[in-house]
Formats: sequence, structure tokens, C-alpha cells
Amino acid sequence: MSNRNALPGFNLSLGYTLTWLSLIVLIPLSAVFIKAAELSLEQFWVVVTSPRVVASYKLTFGASLAAAAINAVFGLLLAWSLVRYTFPGKKIVDSLVDLPFALPTAVAGIALTALWAGNGWIGSIVEPLGIKVAFTPLGVLLALVFIGLPFVVRTVQPVLEDLEVEIEEAASSLGANRWQTIRQVIFPTLFPALLTGFALSFARAVGEYGSVIFIAGNIPMVSEITPLMIISKLEQYDYRGATAIATVMLVVSFVLLIAINSLQAWTAKRTGKSK
Amino acid sequence: MAGAISLHLTQAHAERYENNPATRESAWVKWTIIGISLTFFTLFLLLPLIVVFYEGLRKGWDAYVAALVEPDALSAVRLTLTAALIAVPLNLVFGVAAAWAIAKFDFPGKSFLITLIDLPFSVSPVVAGLIYVLIFGRTSWLGPWFIDHDMKVVFAVPGIVLATIFVTFPFVARELIPLMEAQGKDEEEASTVLGASGWQTFWHVTIPNVKWGLLYGVILCNARAMGEFGAVSVVSGHIRGETNTMPLHIEIIYSEYKFAAAFAVASLLAILALLTLVIKSFIEWRAGLAAKEEVESSA
Repeated sequence: MSNRNALPGFNLSLGYTLTWLSLIVLIPLSAVFIKAAELSLEQFWVVVTSPRVVASYKLTFGASLAAAAINAVFGLLLAWSLVRYTFPGKKIVDSLVDLPFALPTAVAGIALTALWAGNGWIGSIVEPLGIKVAFTPLGVLLALVFIGLPFVVRTVQPVLEDLEVEIEEAASSLGANRWQTIRQVIFPTLFPALLTGFALSFARAVGEYGSVIFIAGNIPMVSEITPLMIISKLEQYDYRGATAIATVMLVVSFVLLIAINSLQAWTAKRTGKSK
Repeated sequence: MAGAISLHLTQAHAERYENNPATRESAWVKWTIIGISLTFFTLFLLLPLIVVFYEGLRKGWDAYVAALVEPDALSAVRLTLTAALIAVPLNLVFGVAAAWAIAKFDFPGKSFLITLIDLPFSVSPVVAGLIYVLIFGRTSWLGPWFIDHDMKVVFAVPGIVLATIFVTFPFVARELIPLMEAQGKDEEEASTVLGASGWQTFWHVTIPNVKWGLLYGVILCNARAMGEFGAVSVVSGHIRGETNTMPLHIEIIYSEYKFAAAFAVASLLAILALLTLVIKSFIEWRAGLAAKEEVESSA
């Protein structure tokens, strides 16, 4: 490695980084694949395609996609309000957007359940209308919207802040009305960031456990998420079964990680910023 | 994944758009967008926060305090603090080392290394717990050795600490890498050319330059360490008074229908979250101030 660098500490810092990374992350993660290899392909397939597990994929991925989509829409509006408008309480709203990053998931889980259960503040309003939220797949969706919200706001907000006013002024002076400017000038610039926020929110939702299990009700075939299937296999001391499902989740995580990295590179290119 | 320190623009910035005919929307569009945003904000962020305190205090102040000083609750607080006190400093040292190597030197495979450091963010917490059960559990490869030496890792405190280190692994590194890359290495090089040792340069040049980013990473790391549920739940074994952290304690008393007590303990964690957000806002305000001074001094 060429280091025409006057600074010391390269070997020490890189060596320490690689050792710690291997010990805490890489070696433990590889244990999943090694353990999964103890199963034959057929056994593996039987576990990961059993009806209850498949039902959990449908719920986990379906609800995660829907939650990410909801966050993309409302997160964009929220980011827009925070950057473009003045309104009372704006500073507080801006700070609290990060609440889902800071609030422990178990606390979020019981709080959302208390709100949306039949006797809760919101549940007691919507349940008479025939909308049951807590202990249904809808409850899962709600929890996933909560934990994914900051990702969209915090990826869109900085791009929106950096947008040059001159571009909008040019569009306006060339005769575009406000809606045309937003749709044809602003939105294309925001789109990569919005998509990144959507993907981050989706990736977080797929693996989420703590905030979901309290409000989900965990009814087999109806409201069980995939991470819960791993837990329930573990509770039956079925380590191989748990590992097989974990392998599927890990592969999904890797694919999402790669997708998000490419999206971020694209966003950086679009907004002319190298990160 | 929590994002680097963002310099939030001041009120004046939004007014610039609102007063410019080319960049403003009509009043009804503006207030509709604000209305939808604030409704969404209230439903998903504000009400869940308020309900924690409301439910916690529902049975009165005495019941609230009683839920917090109960022996199992106290032991959960102690374990949560222990896990954070071990995990946060270890990840702090790692984050600084990783940022030093990545930001100050060029080497092949750098972006791949950054991706690997981010990995724990994209792994489900449940899988994060599972990996330590697979390695240290009774039926694992290392399990028999640990049993022979009378050491318990899984379903004991070491497992909880390990899982906490895993889930909080990237926080400090994530904050520091972009910050130190942006600052370059001119100042450090000047310092070493002038005769300072590597450690002197590090303590007197690098660390003061990144102190706010460092603090930012540490408080986010700490919030996650104290609040982690999924990963810790898998490795804990849920032994009351021994291997329950605060989030696990909340789950147990909640499942026993002691709702007010569960929310009382939850309110402590909610206060921690609010404190984290306050410190975060303070750091962003400081960083904004510093950036403004820099612009003014260079103008």
C-alpha cells in the first residue's frame, strides 16, 4: 500500500478497524451461513417455504413497502413544510422528526398500541367506524410507518435546502406556472433522494421487531412478521430452522444494502455533491 | 444511517422562499401542505410520545415512583447502564480508529470497508441476536468450551453486551468518516511537519476539529445501546432481576397487564430519547454557528 503520507498510525488504525470488524460483525455473521449449510438444500427449502413463514414474508414485505410509500409521500410534504414555510412550532417539529431514531422500539410499540387499541385515544374514534388497527396487519403497517419516517425526511430535506432559488426563478420567468416548476424542475432533482429515503425506510422496516410485536397481535398466518418467526423457532430450540429463515433475511438485507449504496451514489451525482 | 450533522437553515431561509413570487405557492396550498404535514406529525410522533407519560402517570405519582424503584426495575436500569457503559466506549474507540484510517489515508477497498462497517444497520436486530446464540449457545462450536470453563455468554450479561455492541457498531464511525474526510489532512500534516508526534497531533488537532461530530455519534450510539430490544431479547433469556434490560423489563410487566408500571419505566427511556434530541439540536446549532463564522471570516 502506497502511503506517501506524512501522517502516522495507518497500520495501527486500519489493523484495529479490521480486527474489531471481524470479531464483532463478520465472523458472527458468517456463523449464520455456516450453520445454514448444515441443512440440505431440501430441508432448507422446506423451512423457508412453509406456509406460516411464507405468510410472514407477505406481511413483512407488503407492510414494509406500503409503509415506505406512505413515508415517501408524507415525509416529502413534511420536509417541504420544514424547508419552505414558516409556521409556529417549526423548530420543535424539526427536532422531533428524529424521535423514531432515539426512542427505544419497545417504548414506541407499547405507545402505539395504547393509542390505537379499541380503548385508546385514536382507536376509540376509528374502531366504531369499523377500522380495527391494533392487533391486525394494519397495526404492523402503522408501527413501520413510525420507525421509517425520519429516513425520508432527513434524506429529502438537505437536497431541498441546497436547491438553487435561481433555477425556480428561471422557470418562472420562462412562463412556467408553479405546479409545472415543481413537477418538471424540482421533483426530478429530488427524486433520487426521495427514492433513497424510500429504500432506507423499507430496509429498516423489513428487519424491525420491537415496535411491531406489541401492536401486531402475532396471529399465525395473519399478523406474524418474519423476525418473529425466527424468535418462535428459537423458542422451540429449532436452531436450524431459525438459521434458515435468518439466512433469507440476511440475503435480503445485503441486496437492499447494495441497492441503497448505488442509490446514494446516484443522488450524490444528481445533486453534484461527492460524499 | 441516522445521517450526518445537518446544518439546518434558519427561519430567514424559509421566508426567502415565501417572499419570492417565483418560489411561493398560494396561501391555501401552503396551509394545506402544512396542515397535512402537522396532522401526520401529530398522529405518528407527538401523540405516541405524550401517551407514554400519560399512561405512566395514570395511577398517580406514587404508583409511578413505585414502579421505578421496584428491585426488578432497578436491576434492569443497572444492566442497561452497564451494557451502554461497555458498548459505547468500545465503539467510540473503533469509530475513531476507522475514521482515522479511512479519512486520512488512501488504500484499495475503502468504499467496501465503509459498506462492511454499515452492515449492522441493515441486519435485523433479531438476526443480530441469533448470531451470538449460534456462536456461544449450548449447541454451538464454542459452547462446550465455555461450559467447561463455567462461563455463560448467551442468556447472561456478556451476550447482552455483545449484542449491544453489534447493533451500535456503526454509529460513531458513520458520523466521523464524512466529517474527517471533509476536513482533509492539511492541518495534521502541518502539525507533524512542525514536530508534533502522532498522538499529539491526534489529541490537539484532530479531536478538537471533530469534537461535535464525535459527541453526536456518541449520543446516538448511547440512545440505541440503552434502547435496543430485538437483539438483546434473543440473547437475554429473560431472567428477572438478572438478565433483563429496561426494554425487556417493560415487555415483561406489560405482558402481565401492569400497563401503568410498564409505561412508567418506558417514560424514563422516553426522557432519555428527548434528552438525546435536545443535545442533538444543540450540536446542530453549534455546528451551524461555526459554519456561519467561517463564511463570515472568509468573506
